[in-house]
Amino acid sequence: MPVTEASGVKAWQRRDRRQQFSIWLGWLIGGLVFVQSWRFISEHTIWEFALDAPAQAWDLMVRMVPPRWSYMERLWVPLWDTINIATIGTLLGIIIAFPIAFLAARNTTPSRVLVRPIALIVIVSSRSINSLIWALLLVTVVGPGVLAGILAIALRSIGFIGKLLYEAIEEIDAVQVDAIVATGASRPQQLAYGILPQIMPAFAGISVYRWDINIRESTVLGLVGAGGIGLQLNASVSKLAWPEVTVIFAVIFVTVIISEWVSARVRHAII
Amino acid sequence: MNGQATQTWRLPPFIANPWLRWGIYLGALLYLVLAIGSLHINWARVAEGMERGWRFVSAFARPNFAGRWGEISEGILESLTMTVTSTAIGVALAVPVGLGAARNLAPLPVYVVCRGIIALSRTFQEVIIAILFVKMFGFGPLAGMITLVVATIGFMAKLLAEDIESSDPSQLEAMRATGGSWWQLINYGVQPQVMPRFIGLSVYRLDINFRESAVIGIVGAGGIGATLNTAFDRYEFDTAAAILLVIIAIVMVAEYSSGHIRRRFQ
Amino acid sequence: MLALHALTKRYPTGDLAVHNVSLEVPKGQVMALIGPSGAGKSTLIRCVNRLVEPTSGSVMLDGHEITALGGAALRRARRRMGMIFQEFALVERLTVMENVLSGRLGYVGFWKTFLRRYPQRDIDQAFRFLERVGLTEFVDKRADALSGGQRQRVGIARALMQEPSILLVDEPTAALDPKTSRQIMRLICELCAERELAAIINIHDVGLAQMFAARIVGLCKGEIVFDGSPRNLTPEALTLIYGEEDWHATIKRDEDEPEPADAGAGAGGTGSDDRQLVA
Repeated sequence: MPVTEASGVKAWQRRDRRQQFSIWLGWLIGGLVFVQSWRFISEHTIWEFALDAPAQAWDLMVRMVPPRWSYMERLWVPLWDTINIATIGTLLGIIIAFPIAFLAARNTTPSRVLVRPIALIVIVSSRSINSLIWALLLVTVVGPGVLAGILAIALRSIGFIGKLLYEAIEEIDAVQVDAIVATGASRPQQLAYGILPQIMPAFAGISVYRWDINIRESTVLGLVGAGGIGLQLNASVSKLAWPEVTVIFAVIFVTVIISEWVSARVRHAII
Repeated sequence: MNGQATQTWRLPPFIANPWLRWGIYLGALLYLVLAIGSLHINWARVAEGMERGWRFVSAFARPNFAGRWGEISEGILESLTMTVTSTAIGVALAVPVGLGAARNLAPLPVYVVCRGIIALSRTFQEVIIAILFVKMFGFGPLAGMITLVVATIGFMAKLLAEDIESSDPSQLEAMRATGGSWWQLINYGVQPQVMPRFIGLSVYRLDINFRESAVIGIVGAGGIGATLNTAFDRYEFDTAAAILLVIIAIVMVAEYSSGHIRRRFQ
Repeated sequence: MLALHALTKRYPTGDLAVHNVSLEVPKGQVMALIGPSGAGKSTLIRCVNRLVEPTSGSVMLDGHEITALGGAALRRARRRMGMIFQEFALVERLTVMENVLSGRLGYVGFWKTFLRRYPQRDIDQAFRFLERVGLTEFVDKRADALSGGQRQRVGIARALMQEPSILLVDEPTAALDPKTSRQIMRLICELCAERELAAIINIHDVGLAQMFAARIVGLCKGEIVFDGSPRNLTPEALTLIYGEEDWHATIKRDEDEPEPADAGAGAGGTGSDDRQLVA
C-alpha cells in the first residue's frame, strides 16, 4: 500500500515495496543483458580498426568531395528503374494484399479455423523477411535485374499492407454494417456499402505510405543485383570511386525527400 | 413519366475538376505503359530459374539446420546482441533528440538542429548507412550496431516528437501554472502522456532492429545476413531455408511478446 | 493585492484579445468575470500568471511587478497564483496524490519531485486538502478513473497546495452538470472565505456568477463594460456585455439559492418575482 500510517502520521509513497522491487529487478536484468550483449560485440570487434574510425571518416569525407557531377547523366536510367521497382512492386503488393486482408480479418474471413491462420501466416512470413532478403532469394531464382526487384518489393509489401489493412477492417464500426445487412443486402453488397467506405481512407493512406517506404528500400536492392540505382552504388563503392558515391547519395536523398513530400500530400488530400 | 422531367443521379466523382481527373488517369496510364515497356525481362532466364525456385520452396519442407549450425548460431547470436545494444542506446539517445524536435518544448534553433538529425537519419536506408560505417569501423557487429543506433534515433525521435506535439496542452499548461521548472514540466506534464506509446514503440523498434540486423550483414556489418548471403551464393537452399525459418520464428516470438508488453503498459 | 494596469494583449494574428484592462482585486474577494465567448476572459487570466505573454500594461501581485519577471523569478511568482482549469487539466495518467502534490512543483527541487519524495509536511497538507474536498479514499486512484466533479476537486486541491494568495479559475463548471457545478462553485467560494483568498473566476453561467461572486466584471471584446455587485447586473448591463437578448429569465435567481437547493421551490419562485421588480 502506498499509504502507510505510523503513529498517526500518514506517509505516502508512489509505489509499495513489492512494485518498487520488481521495477529494480527489471532494470537489473535489462542492464545485465545489455552488458553481456556489449561484451559479445566487443569480442567480435577488431578494436584497432574501430578506434581508427575518426581518421577513416575524415579520409572518406576528403575523398567524397568534390562530387563528380558529370556522373549524373549515367544515373537517370537507374533512377527511373528504381522508381519503377518501387511503384510497380507496390501496385502488385496492393493487388495481392487486398484480398488477403479480408481473409485475415476476424469479421470478414470466410473461415476462422481454416482460412484465417493461412492468411496470417502469409502476412507474418512476408513481414519477417526484409525486401533485401527477398531480393537476394529472387535474384538466384529469376536472375538479376529489375524483375527480381519488383517481386521483392511486392512480396515484402503484402505483409505490411495486409497487416495494417486487416487491423483497419477489424476496427470498423459494426453498426454501419448491420444497417446495410438490415436492408437485405447480399454479401458483396455488404462489402461494398458497409465495409469498403469505412476502410478506403486507411487503405489509400497505407498504400501511399508503403510506396514511400518502398522508394527508400528500392535504392539498395541493386546491392544484391536486383536492379535500380543500388547497382551503380555497388559498382562505385567496390571500385572506391567516392566522388561518384557522393552523387548517388545526393540523388537518393533528393528522391526520398520528394517521395516523402508526395506521400504526405496525397495522405493529406485523402484524409 | 409523360411530360415529367426525370432527374438522373450519378455519384459525384472523387476529383471534381474533369481536366485534373482525366489528366491524372491519363498520366497514370501513360506512366504504367512506359514503366512496363522499359522492363527488360529475360523470360528464358526466368523459366530456367523456376526449377531453382521450386527447389527453394521444397527446401522449406526439409530445412538443414545441422549442416552449418555453427555459423547459423553465431550469426543469430550476433544479430540478437546487435539488436539489444542498438535499441537500448538508440532509444536513450532518441529521448533528447525527440524532446528537442517537439515544437511546443524546444526553442527554434534546437528544433531545427534536431529535425535535421531526424531527417538525415531517416532518409537513407540502413544498408547505405551500414556501408559507410563498415568503411569507418571495419567489418563486424560494431559497425552494424552503430548503423542501427542511427536508424533507431531517427525513427524514435520523430515519433516521440510527434507524440509530444499532439499531447494534451492543458496538462502542460497546468504544470507551468504551478511554477514548475522545465524538467518538472517534462516529468509531470509530458512523460505520463507519452510514456505508454513510447514503450510500445521501443519494443516495436526492437523488432525492426532484429529484422534489419539480418540484412546489413550483406554489406559486412555483422549478423546473420552474411551467413544467409553465403548460403544463397552457394545455392545451399536448405541452409537458407533453415536461417529464414529461424528469423521468422524469432520475429513471431518478438511480436507476440511485444503485444503482451504493450498491453501491460497501457 | 492583485492590480492590473492598462493590460493589453494582441495576438500575432492581429486579434486584440484584451484591451487596456485596469482592475484591482482586494484580498479575499471572489470576483466573477463574465462575457461572451471570445471576449478575452481566458486570455485575461492567463496574462495574470503569464501563461500568455501580455503585450503591454502591468500586473502587480502584492506590490510586485510580474510582467518583467523571467525564469526562476517568474516561476516563484506563479506559485503564488493557483489555477483551476475548465477541463480540469489533471495529469490523467498520474494518481490523485501525485496530481495534488504536483501543486508543490514550484517549491520542491527537481530530483525530489522526480523520485516523488516530497517533504512529509507537503504530504500531510495534501491529505488535509483531500479530506477537505472529500476525496480521502481516492488517494491512489488514477486521475482518469474519476468523475468530472471529482476531478475538479483534485484540481482545486492541487491549486491550494501552492499556498496561493489568489486563485485564477477558468470556467470551472463548463464540463460539469448543473448540480455538480453548484457544489464546485460553493467549494471554491468556501475555501476562499476560509483562507482569505482572492479569486478571479471566468464563468459562462451568469446565474452561477450572481449566486456566488461578490463582484462581477463584464468583459466585451477585450474591454471592461461592467464592474459592480451582482445586484446591479440588470438586463441593460447584460445587453451591454452580451448583446441584445431577453435577459429577464436569466436574472430571475435569488439570493437564497446558494443555500441547499431544497430550501423550497415556492420561496425561490416568489423571490424571483421580487427580483424582477427590483430590476
